[in-house]
Amino acid sequence: MIKHLRSAADLDAATATLILDTAAEMAALAGREVKKLPTLRGRTVVNLFYEDSTRTRISFEAAAKRLSADVINFSAKGSSVSKGESLKDTALTLQAMGADAVVIRHSASGAPHRLASWVDGSVINAGDGTHEHPTQALLDAYTMRSRLGRLDGLKVAIVGDVLHSRVARSNVLLLSTLGASVTLVGPPTLIPVDIAAALEPATKVSYDLDSVLPEMDVVMMLRVQTERMQDSYFPSAREYSRRYGLDLARMRKLPEHAIVMHPGPMNRGMEITPEVADSSRSTIVEQVANGVSARMAVLYLLLGGKA
Amino acid sequence: MAWPRADTPSKIILAESDLHRVVDRIAHQILEKTSGATGTVLLGIPTRGVPLAQRLAARIHAFEGIDVPIGSLDITLYRDDLRLHATRALGKTELPGGGIDGRRVILVDDVLFSGRTVRAALDALNDVGRPSSVQLAVLIDRGHRQLPIRADYVGKNIPTALTESVRVSLTETDELDEVKLTGGDSGGHE
Repeated sequence: MIKHLRSAADLDAATATLILDTAAEMAALAGREVKKLPTLRGRTVVNLFYEDSTRTRISFEAAAKRLSADVINFSAKGSSVSKGESLKDTALTLQAMGADAVVIRHSASGAPHRLASWVDGSVINAGDGTHEHPTQALLDAYTMRSRLGRLDGLKVAIVGDVLHSRVARSNVLLLSTLGASVTLVGPPTLIPVDIAAALEPATKVSYDLDSVLPEMDVVMMLRVQTERMQDSYFPSAREYSRRYGLDLARMRKLPEHAIVMHPGPMNRGMEITPEVADSSRSTIVEQVANGVSARMAVLYLLLGGKA
Repeated sequence: MAWPRADTPSKIILAESDLHRVVDRIAHQILEKTSGATGTVLLGIPTRGVPLAQRLAARIHAFEGIDVPIGSLDITLYRDDLRLHATRALGKTELPGGGIDGRRVILVDDVLFSGRTVRAALDALNDVGRPSSVQLAVLIDRGHRQLPIRADYVGKNIPTALTESVRVSLTETDELDEVKLTGGDSGGHE
């Protein structure tokens, strides 16, 4: 088993499938009266969050607690970070406290890689800058597999702000490993040049959402990350949603079985309309529940055995 | 699980027909001891406890026409030796419809050795419901208990040395029905 989960590229097909299978067993726990397993008793998981997050932090916390690990939540706000402490010094503090795993979210791409060289425990990337968010890709793959029964041969469109999306990068890597074919869709300004070559050569790129929809099994809408945008990437929000937003009319172009995903948080009315987000094809709420199972699987597989 | 080397001496303890007779006997004993297996659930412990539980249920059905609910209970997440080995893949836990609350649960496993698997199974059961009682059926009891645990139904008691290992093969998982005892210095199979 791998020691860290810094990138979806850390996972080969066998390991990724093992995580998804383990997540399926963990999911059974949600239906039980006692939602707790003794597996990680005595282990400490630190949630090190330098960026705001609701679902990812709560999800990791719930996952660790359901496995009986002790959880320490650290958020940059209200910590010594606001006094100027560096990531390295914070890491050494955590190391001294004996953290068995550090779950890190950071605005700097690559922060988890640096962290892994400073601490003895496992490092799990919970989103670093515009780089990667591997556990999101795992829960997305898990959701696709449980809704559609397979991943191999699935056609997945990832639509919107690919440029700033760590979710998109991790999904391209993981889905390609598992045999799905990915098409990135968005305005040319929000799709990096040569992204296919940089990530996975088989990835397709399209600038026309309407032409792509009829052949897709999955369409994953991305949030337009205005907080990371210093330039104007499109003329107006209205124009963006006219061309790349998913509304009911566009959803009807999808095949009957296709599902609609969104990693959250959503800009309702921007990249997705409320009617689509709340429709029966949408897996948005399911993704949150599956996130806990997927993260339990990751924590178990990284921490469950001999260190 | 340490497979013995091909050149280590081995002895067949139960051949195919013996193994079938032993399963038949346990099925009869369950019927006898539970007054017709009413309110009873068979839970196999993966890997080989699961096909054994299925066989017991099939034999009970053949003898008395009773359908005993069967399921599986994976105990990996409750093991006390997780940190001594590389991470283990999980087995399946599938409880029969209606759950186990208020029912008599019979845990089924292939080999009873240290008793630690059964201890883990009791913990796991505690988290999935509250059975009225719990019993244990094993194909082989090889002794060397490390915990105060005994089986209610035993296919065969085999005195073993700690250095020996017992290998149960079932057609469902191993393509033949057989129980072998192999000597040597390799670790035991539990």
